[in-house]
This record gives sequence, C-alpha cells and structure tokens, in this order.
Amino acid sequence: MPPILVIARLTVQETSRRRLILALIILTLIVVGFSAWGFNKITTVTGSSGTVLPPEQVALVSSQLLIVVTFMYSGVLALSAAVVAGPLISSEVESGLLLSMLARPLRRSEVVIGKWLGLAVLIAIYAAGSAALELAAVDWATGYLPPHPVQLVLYIGAEGLVLLSLGLLLSTRLSGITGGVIALVAWLMGWIAGVVGDVGIGLQNTAVENVGVVSHLLLPTDGLWRGAIYALEPDAFLATLRAAGTFARANPFTQVDPPAITYLAWVVVWFAIALILSIWSFRKREI
Amino acid sequence: MSLSKRFGRTVALAGLTMTVPRGEVFGFLGPNGAGKTTSVKLLLGLLKPSSGEGWLLGRPIGDLETRRRIGYLPELFRYQGWLSAQEVLALHCELAPLPRSSWSDEISTALDTVGLTDRAKDRVSTFSKGMQQRLGLAAALLGEPELVFLDEPTSALDPVGRHDVREIIRGLASRGTAVFLNSHLLSEVEQICDRVAVVDHGRVIASGTMDELLSGSAVKVRVEGLDDAAKSKLSTFGDMDDEGDQLTFTRLKAERVPELVSAMVELGGRVYEVAPRHQTLEDRFLQLLEAEEK
Repeated sequence: MPPILVIARLTVQETSRRRLILALIILTLIVVGFSAWGFNKITTVTGSSGTVLPPEQVALVSSQLLIVVTFMYSGVLALSAAVVAGPLISSEVESGLLLSMLARPLRRSEVVIGKWLGLAVLIAIYAAGSAALELAAVDWATGYLPPHPVQLVLYIGAEGLVLLSLGLLLSTRLSGITGGVIALVAWLMGWIAGVVGDVGIGLQNTAVENVGVVSHLLLPTDGLWRGAIYALEPDAFLATLRAAGTFARANPFTQVDPPAITYLAWVVVWFAIALILSIWSFRKREI
Repeated sequence: MSLSKRFGRTVALAGLTMTVPRGEVFGFLGPNGAGKTTSVKLLLGLLKPSSGEGWLLGRPIGDLETRRRIGYLPELFRYQGWLSAQEVLALHCELAPLPRSSWSDEISTALDTVGLTDRAKDRVSTFSKGMQQRLGLAAALLGEPELVFLDEPTSALDPVGRHDVREIIRGLASRGTAVFLNSHLLSEVEQICDRVAVVDHGRVIASGTMDELLSGSAVKVRVEGLDDAAKSKLSTFGDMDDEGDQLTFTRLKAERVPELVSAMVELGGRVYEVAPRHQTLEDRFLQLLEAEEK
C-alpha cells in the first residue's frame, strides 16, 4: 500500500479506536430520533383555527426547521474537524511518535496528505450518512424532502473539509489545543462576517457587503454553508424570497442564489493552497 | 562532513566531523546538551543541517532510499497506544517497506529478540515505559538493517533489560550491522563499543578505537590531610580528578607511583589506599571534558 494510504488508514483507525466514530454515530442517532419526533409534531399541531396545518405549510415549516437542524450538523462537523485536525501533526511531533516513522522512507508530504485524506474520508462519510438519516427521518415524519439533497451533502462535507484543512495547516506549527481553538474561532468569525455581509446587502452598503465577500474568500466555510441553505430551500420559498427583494437576502438562514461556479472553483484552489502550505510548513519544521 | 546546526542563536552542533565504519559498534558520548541527539537526527535527515554535508551508507544524508536500510530507536520513544505491539511492528514493516510475505517472521523474530512475544497482541497503551522502549528496539531491528541508530536505548530499562540490549547489540555486530549508540552509560559503551567519539558543545573532542582512547593507566589514591595548595602541587604527576579524599591520576606511569606516594606524605598526607588500574572510559571521558573546559 502506498505510504499516503497507510497514513490515511492509520488516521481512520486511530479515530475509530479512540471511539470518536462510535460517539458520533450514537449522538447522531439520538439527534435523528429527536428530530423525527419533533418534525412529526409539525403534522399534528393545530393553528389558531384549530385545524392541522395544510401540506404546503407543513413543507414550508419543515424546510425552515431543517435548515436550523442542518446548521447544528454543520456545527458538529466543523467542531469535530477542527478538534481532531488541530493536534493531527503537532501532538505526534511533540510526543515523538513521528520520529521513528519519519526515519522510514516516508516523505513529510505523504504524512500531511495521508492524514488529510484519512479525515476527509471520515468527514465525507459522516456528512453523507448523517444527511441520509436526517432526511429519511424528516421524510418519514412529514413527507417533505429538500430539493437538492446531494448538493447539501457536498456543501456540508466541503465545509468540514475546509476546517480540516485549516486545522491541519495550524497543526504543522502550533500545539493541538491552540490550532483547534483558532480554527473554531475562525469558523465562527467567518459566519459572523457572513451575517455582516448580509446586513450590507440589506442596507445596500457595498463596503459592509464586502466584509462578507472577503471573509467567504479567506475562509470558505460560510460561503459553502450558504450553498447548503440553498440546497434546502423549496422552490416556492425561493420564489417568495426573490419577490421580497434585497431585505430577504439579509438573513444568515436564507439564500436566494446558489454559490457561483467561479466561487466553487476558488474553493478548490483554496484547498490546494491550504494543502501546499501545510506540506511546506511541515517540511520546514524541526522535529 | 563538518555538519553544523543552529536553532536560532543556539549552536547545537558546531562542525561535527567523524566517520563511522560499517559493521562496527560506534559509541557516541557526551554530556547532556552536547549535541548527540541532534547529530543522530541530522544523520537521519530528521533535521536539516545549517551547513556541511554527511554520507550514510554511501548516500547523502536525508536520502529516502538509504532509510530502507536503517533502523532507529529515538531517545523520545513513543508508539501508537491504540495499536497492539504486533500492529506497530506491521506498520513499520509496511513503511520500511518489507515484502508482505516476510512480515510475520520479521515481527515474531523481533518480538522474541526483545522479549515481548507474550505481549504481542496487547495494546501499547498498556505497556510500561521499559516495554515501550523494547518495542522501539524491535521496530529498529525489522528487516535486518545495515545500520541501526540507538539513542539512549537503555534509559528506561532495568539491569536485566540493559543486559539484554547489550546482547542484542553484540548480535547485530556479529552479523555485520553497524550500530551507532548514543549513551550516557559509559560502562555499557566500554563493554560493547569498538570505537567511540566524545562530543562536547557540538564538537567531537576525541575519537578512536577503545584501545586508542584508553591507552593510559590510572591510579586512584585514598588520602587524607591534603589541602588544595598541596593537591595543586601534585598536578605535576598527571591529570588529577579531585573527589575530596579520593584522587585519581590519569596519564601516570606505574613506575612513578612510589614517587607520588612519597610526595603526598611529604605534603602531610596520610595515605590509606593506592590502586593502580587501567584507565576506564569514565576516567578518560571526565579528563577530556575537563581539558575542554580549560
């Protein structure tokens, strides 16, 4: 097996044996169970008229609630990716674990890419698995399915990969706890900068709007999250948003347009830059 | 050759020049912070030299292919606690890389050599420090390397373990493997090394075969009643290591011992014991470091 895949396998094995995967599976099943129960309640609650909600309103409420639930999932994924990636290299350098391995015919770039790959596989599986379970639960409870489930998984997964890449880059220089905290703060700041950008759109103030644009370029987590929101919005809701004009765009939980192709191309370039920087930084590090 | 390494303003190694012949057990000695571990890391390509160049098994240091033929037990030994001993060794077989068909034999032989056969399937996190060091030694032995770097290989071992490691090193030497041994334990080095180098402040201050280095003899004298002024007069007899009532003279020929005792008595000393003996590595090591300080 090529060294990159050996390191990737080792990374998956470590997270599995440290019971992180088991903990995530159990927590996800609990959340899915609760949300299925909660979504089912939407079909049975009565409005002021004393009747249950009509199907189109059930779909609308479900779509909005699903965006909030997905935000929680993206948070769990971002948090896990940052916390796991933060010490990915630094802890092994500090403990000396990498010494005997790097004395083998193993390139530092192979360590970086292998670790990234191992966690990327886990993030992809988690994003796909948790989305499939959650959407199945919502479908069972309400009969509602979002319009673009595959894109949803891709956007949420990519958001996790951004934090993994950032955490890994920081891990080549900083201690695990420092790198993890910085990655998390960056994720939250990225989200807040996105909200600031929304306010700029609402106020039609280009300077404030650009805060969001620049933050989406520097750390694409919020930009990708907006893609996930778009994937969750039913056409009828989108039509209402578009009709409402600029103010409808000034909301961190709504998205009128999907991310531009050029932006998605930039995200791919961002991944490449982050990985190249990680490899360069780790190569330069004295161990 | 003439490797040097700086960490910011700190000079860890200032022009290391030495040659380690193939198939010999080479002892690398020096006080704490002398640059021993830095030297090993430079030779393995784990650190990049600030200047100079080195060659390992005929190839420039850091060469990836050369690492296939090398074993390494780091001073800071740590292995994946979530893997079993067997799995750690399989990982090293895979990274080495050794043919998969040979893994089983390699692993069982290595575990047997270091005495961990009965713990093969146990997780490394349950191992004591000494057992982890044994595991590290097993990993270094995989694939019959041509050169093995052992950085303080007995630091966590009990006397039995130390004896075992000496036997393992002798076994390696007998099959033609070169061993580069970093150790503080001078008696250990004296017992197993063919050749040694002493490093201090990042420079090699002496090197050669054990016979070349320990050519002189030493005389240990237990004497009371000598003050510092009297002791300083005795320094004409050779390099003196002053440990209060015990004075050790190196580079002193046996025929001058009666003259030394007479001089001590004349200076008011009461002599209780005079023990001429061959110079030990410890005598020589201390002598070299003292000379370096001057």
